[in-house]
Amino acid sequence: MSTNHAPYEPVFVGKRKHDLEAILLRYPKKQAALLPALWIVQEDRGWVSEEGMAEVATALELTPAYVKGVVTFYTMYHQHPVGKHFIQVCTTSPCLCAGADKVTEAFLKHTGCNELGVTSPDGKYTVIEVECLGACGFATPVQINADTIENVTADKVPQILAGLK
Amino acid sequence: MVNLTIEGRPVSVPAGTSILEAAKQVGVLIPHYCYHPGLPVAGVCRMCLVDVEKSPKLMPSCATAVAEGQVVHVHNDKSLDARKGVLELLLINHPLDCPICDQSGECELQDYTFQEGRADSRYREPKRFNPVEDFGGDVMYVPNRCILCTRCVRFMDDVHHDAVLAVAERGDRAVIATAPDAGLTQPWAGNVVDLCPVGALLSKDFLNKARAWELDRSASVCTGCSQGCNTTVEIRDNAVVRIKPRGNEDVNAFFICDEGRLGYRPLNRQDRLTVPMVAGHVGEWGAAVSAGAAALTGKKAHVVVNPSASNETFFLAARLASKTGGAVKFAVPTGPEAPLPGVEDLALRADRAANGTGAEILGARRESDPYAGLSAAHVLVLVDIDPATVPSAATSAASSVVYLGSVAPAALAKVSAALPVSTIVESEGTLTNLRGRVQRFFQAKGSPGQARAAWFALADLLIALGEQADYLMASQVFDAMAKATPAFAGMSYDSLGLKGATAAGTTAGAAR
Amino acid sequence: MGYPHKSHPRETAVLSKHFGEPEARSLDGWKKRGGYRALEQALAGTPQAIVDIVKASGLRGRGGAGFPTGMKWSFMKPGDGKPHYLCCNADESEPGTFKDREIMRWTPHALVEGCAIGAYAIGAETAYIYIRGEFDEPIRRMEEAVAEAYAAGILGKNAMGSGKRVDVHVHKGAGAYICGEETALMESLEGKRGNPRIKPPFPAVSGLFAQPTTINNVETLAAVPHILTNGAEWYKAMSLSNPKSTGTKLFSVCGNVARPGNYEIVMGFPFKDFLYDLCGGPQAGRKFKAIIPGGASVPIQTMEEAEATLMDYEGFVAQGTMLGSGGVIVFDDQQSMPRMIARLARFFSHESCGQCTQCREGTAWTTKILERIVAGQGTYEDLDTLLELADNMTGKTICVLSDSCAAPVVSGLQKFRHEFEALITGKRSSSIAMPPSRTAVAAGASA
Repeated sequence: MSTNHAPYEPVFVGKRKHDLEAILLRYPKKQAALLPALWIVQEDRGWVSEEGMAEVATALELTPAYVKGVVTFYTMYHQHPVGKHFIQVCTTSPCLCAGADKVTEAFLKHTGCNELGVTSPDGKYTVIEVECLGACGFATPVQINADTIENVTADKVPQILAGLK
Repeated sequence: MVNLTIEGRPVSVPAGTSILEAAKQVGVLIPHYCYHPGLPVAGVCRMCLVDVEKSPKLMPSCATAVAEGQVVHVHNDKSLDARKGVLELLLINHPLDCPICDQSGECELQDYTFQEGRADSRYREPKRFNPVEDFGGDVMYVPNRCILCTRCVRFMDDVHHDAVLAVAERGDRAVIATAPDAGLTQPWAGNVVDLCPVGALLSKDFLNKARAWELDRSASVCTGCSQGCNTTVEIRDNAVVRIKPRGNEDVNAFFICDEGRLGYRPLNRQDRLTVPMVAGHVGEWGAAVSAGAAALTGKKAHVVVNPSASNETFFLAARLASKTGGAVKFAVPTGPEAPLPGVEDLALRADRAANGTGAEILGARRESDPYAGLSAAHVLVLVDIDPATVPSAATSAASSVVYLGSVAPAALAKVSAALPVSTIVESEGTLTNLRGRVQRFFQAKGSPGQARAAWFALADLLIALGEQADYLMASQVFDAMAKATPAFAGMSYDSLGLKGATAAGTTAGAAR
Repeated sequence: MGYPHKSHPRETAVLSKHFGEPEARSLDGWKKRGGYRALEQALAGTPQAIVDIVKASGLRGRGGAGFPTGMKWSFMKPGDGKPHYLCCNADESEPGTFKDREIMRWTPHALVEGCAIGAYAIGAETAYIYIRGEFDEPIRRMEEAVAEAYAAGILGKNAMGSGKRVDVHVHKGAGAYICGEETALMESLEGKRGNPRIKPPFPAVSGLFAQPTTINNVETLAAVPHILTNGAEWYKAMSLSNPKSTGTKLFSVCGNVARPGNYEIVMGFPFKDFLYDLCGGPQAGRKFKAIIPGGASVPIQTMEEAEATLMDYEGFVAQGTMLGSGGVIVFDDQQSMPRMIARLARFFSHESCGQCTQCREGTAWTTKILERIVAGQGTYEDLDTLLELADNMTGKTICVLSDSCAAPVVSGLQKFRHEFEALITGKRSSSIAMPPSRTAVAAGASA
């Protein structure tokens, strides 16, 4: 939910508008551009607000409720702002048996978050557990924003955090 | 045609029919939730799984077409176990709300669980919780009770063509959601309450008003507009507490608009006329009839009738007019038309009265000002008109007023006689919708005081004026009307049944 | 090769030959390695010719179902006047599986070529590669490769100068394992919630945008250029056990094993050798305890079963499980099987789309019971409930996610019941490390 009282600035102007138009050419139906359009909104704003959903709905001739149903189905669209570094630790069984829980603990400790899903007071970090990242042979994989870091162990965590800007 | 066997009964249906629909035809009800004949098939609740011989898996009967020679079992162990399993899973997060839930007594989860479910619960974990939500319009949503059948979502999207409901989240976190600032204010949105098999979507209007088993129900027809949606009127303690749509594939499918659904309050008005009146004083019925006849003698009856009055009423009003050299007039209030796009020929019509078509067939004239042309040569006869809507110029112009109404005439001037009449739920009769369909409505409750059907009062006036009109039952009036009116030739209450029939020579078949 | 490890001599590197070579990613680098000759050949001939070769090769879908690819392609009726579509399923989310990721990030052009040939073979002018949203690097590599291919005239309305149109688009997912189910993938591509569809109608009749569609896995399509170049007989000959399982398969190995990674071996390879030789056996001081050989959705094997397995579709079935996606998850004696299974149940519960009652409620309930058992608050009745729940969740839903959740529960209780019981009684059983022998299981000792 948006707590920002400044008026909403549309995302799809200028270059973003051109990007969406190019995307629309790929599909015979406008609706198919929904996931790509939501990605543009998230890349631009860091998250997808209700106004963002409404803007996408209008652009693709869908209802806001419909778009909400899609946004909430997929885990990767943030429905509220998150920390500058969104840290996702895979803890599904193949990684769990290789010590993923210790990696999670280390991130929670060293970022100062202490609780999953809660952004650190300085706004820099949010740590969550995610399901299988598809890099099971490189346990434990950790995705920070769009980058996947392989073979993370608890002892490497401080170094990884130090390397983030 | 495809031939198959369901629960040992042979059935023959057109190719493409679902097993579930085929079963209905031989009296086998396959329990289900998400399926509804008025909605596209979803096949998600998994309640309708049946055992088809030679199929390795149970088949969802709502989503599986019949095949030649299929042998289907609905009540064998495998099918019963599967249904029992679905019921158990639907109940694990379901709150034990029956004592406080409006749906109790008409709840499909209760019904099937009682029939086929477990007697106990073995769920030991905390239940899922979400707070109640106001969905706008007349609808509130109780997520804890929701079984995610998605009937409401499919109705708003595929039938109402306005996808304001969606499933949000996924898995066991899924709930029905709306977008902010968008509520269920659409003209036909209230139907989601009927469609909901459980007490998740509830009518705010009906909230905590009555228990389903306390209600007396009668078949009726909505008088909100000329569509003539079939309804079920539900009565408790002699008051209308709810209107529900009654299925009629030729008129309103399974639906009714919110105007009709929620427009029953005038039927419960307390300022009723319950006693006959003679020149402003309470009198006997017979005296009032005589006074009315006396006022009419030597005058022309200018009869203004409620446009939703029954065919029987208009028939006798026409006889009164013709006996006295007068005329029958009516005005129809109008409003914006609101179609239900996903159903052919179904709309809240611009004509916001139920019997304009019947009135015209029976010789009444539609006027924008039905009171025009009144003079001292006329007696203004009002039939079921709200006295507050009668212009004083009309009563001044006419020599006197004979009032046949349900509401007390109060400030109406020159009322020589007043006879109390019944509302549509207090009598039986017929109405003719915009497509010429003649449909019966039945009595749902008793009339207050001495109120009688309007046709009865008119018949008494006719008798007092020397006419043959000794009808004791509405069916007799209808039979006389059918004999005398080519459009209704051959019809009778029996032939009309509960679904009605189309009057000859009207815009019949415009829909289906 | 099992990147980042060197290729083991007993591997047969076809798809993985160039894993770890940065140069292989570029168009030029790929062409130097023989790329796009197969596509050129294919476009010069007929679609039917390609279908015939692929059919003869015995190639089966590598996503998990193992359906014969040539036969799947032959379901697409030519000349029906409708637009046909090819969807490449790059949603790789099955726990234990990470082979498509490597194919895409090391040899993206292999997939572009495979998609182009596949599209042409089924009469499609458009192919969509649906890549899971988390795969940032594969997405980038594929987009770059597709752009290079367009720039070089390999893709587009005059593909390789053939006069035929082949368009390939990368479509990014947004986090949903269920979108790896072929009909849910199509729903997601169309801009909807990833809800699987009821079949029939089948995708070849009514699929993407209600048009005839074929969905193939990344590894399947990546194999196609090799089959066209080297011939069906070459592919068919790579078969060590059952002739119905041909070619090579990338097995993704992870968990408690010395050398996790992708290994490419010929179908029918002995699993025992694979685990102890190629993968280096257990980590120091530990013993293998249990294997899930085909991704989280297939039954768990005891070591006895695994060591008797020949690695092909029929071989895994003969030893009580399935080949599935080939994601080999290895658990050693330090792991608690109930804990691992509980976490798998949590995975399925999180990923359930929520349509079907059995899956939506059943996966969540299963998870809660298992977590309560792991926390030491379980009862014997819970074990009965779990098995009845698993039965309720099997064979009754639109897709098989529900059945997949039941598989580790049923096989886990069948083969490692003592570990569950130990948590219930609170006693640390001395036999917690190793399961009872197969004969005891067969005699119904633990069922």
